[in-house]
Amino acid sequence: MDKSIFSQHISRQFNEELEAIVNRVMSMGGLVEQQLNDAIEALVKGDQELAETVLTRDYAINAMEVELDEACTTILARRQPTASDLRLVMAVVKTITDLERIGDEAERVGRTALHLLKKDREISPIEEIGALGEHVGKMVQSGLNAFTRMDAEAAARTAQMDINADSRYELIIRELLSAMQEHPKKIPRLMDVIWATRSLERIGDRARNICEYVIYFVKGKDVRHTSFQTMAEEATGDRR
Amino acid sequence: MADQGSVSVRSSSGLAKSVDREEAAMEVKNLELFYGEDRALKGIDMAIPKGKITAFIGPSGCGKSTLLRCLNRMNDLIDSVKITGEVLLDGVNIYDRSVDVPELRRRVGMVFQKPNPFPKSIYENVAYGLRLQGVKDRRTLDEVVERSLTRAALWDEVKDRLNENAFGLSGGQQQRLVIARAVAIDPEVLLLDEPASALDPLATLKIEELMLELKERYTIAIVTHNMQQAARVSDYTAFMYLGDLIEYTDTETLFTTPAKKRTEDYITGRYG
Repeated sequence: MDKSIFSQHISRQFNEELEAIVNRVMSMGGLVEQQLNDAIEALVKGDQELAETVLTRDYAINAMEVELDEACTTILARRQPTASDLRLVMAVVKTITDLERIGDEAERVGRTALHLLKKDREISPIEEIGALGEHVGKMVQSGLNAFTRMDAEAAARTAQMDINADSRYELIIRELLSAMQEHPKKIPRLMDVIWATRSLERIGDRARNICEYVIYFVKGKDVRHTSFQTMAEEATGDRR
Repeated sequence: MADQGSVSVRSSSGLAKSVDREEAAMEVKNLELFYGEDRALKGIDMAIPKGKITAFIGPSGCGKSTLLRCLNRMNDLIDSVKITGEVLLDGVNIYDRSVDVPELRRRVGMVFQKPNPFPKSIYENVAYGLRLQGVKDRRTLDEVVERSLTRAALWDEVKDRLNENAFGLSGGQQQRLVIARAVAIDPEVLLLDEPASALDPLATLKIEELMLELKERYTIAIVTHNMQQAARVSDYTAFMYLGDLIEYTDTETLFTTPAKKRTEDYITGRYG
């Protein structure tokens, strides 16, 4: 499948509508990526100003979700899309829900960054958390790239990155638990760090969801709740 | 009758409904139709499943109406037509010399695009087929007329004016009257050739609703230019193009994940 699917409809207006929603998903995704990167940087470096920016920018993501939702509803009502067009609209509707939630998780990380003191960071595995953040950030980015390129194989590869995100997450939690044992007075603050880490791990899951929608859109195969192997097979298999 | 030839059917998950597993009401085997030199149907193989709605879609001239008309030998009326292959009804080839064509058309009824009531009363329109068969008993006729009009979802609207001329009915009512007339002689299969294309959206929905009720008793095959209509009412959809049966599968699969690019281009409105 290639981008020419946006130029072949007899109705030029329909071409434009479909291309427009995909472009808007990409701008929404760009904003979400930026929020995530800023939130992680704020957390790792203790940059409170940057954390503030993250908190004030979340509304923009929400607004984009609402707008895109409306655009998709309009297309469903007016065009009654079928086949790949229908799958595209459904994939967009689902993707923007996950993007909006990723935005929420980034906001949560930003909120933790705002309240975390230097001392708290020093007893936390903050570098590892930063690396987890970077890893899930890459997942979001590659997932969205796979969407624009309609590349199901890239989507399957990106989804697999979630395995690594999960193991990083477990290591960090283990370290945080031992830090808690060492510094019982710091438990409330370290709990915040756990929540932030949890948010990053969830972002990986949501990036994986987006990859599944890409495979559905491109290949017409529903790979939710299947193994990575099945997913990879469906993504490489020829649908036609 | 459950035994069918191999039909090229694909299902999305392997678990989905499959035409192959349905009991067939009619079977088309290597059917070819020529208008003079023109090959309008090219080796069609398919089964029309019993008690289901099968829709035929495709661009104008793809052969879908021609194929539908083959199912009760309506094409016999055209001089230059030559047909090869078989259409089986209860295992008997309807093109066999021994087949009684009026009886075939009783068992396989047809409704056309434009409602074509006879210039008679509503009652006589429905009773017409029975009268042809020589039924004279008034009570039998009354019963069949009421039952048929009820099945065609028209009874409540016309029961107080059965003796009025059928032309006084609206287009949608006339179409349902024609369906009642077809149902009155107790067919097994109903062929509908764009039955709603001359009707407004609400009358169209009534016909679609009626089709869903009728499939409890009859097998329905419908030709439609309205893809959404096929998507709404049919269990199986056949996509035809230039005389070929391109793809034939359950309606859900055809409209969400068609296997053939030609099907996809047509149903998504792309240049083929």
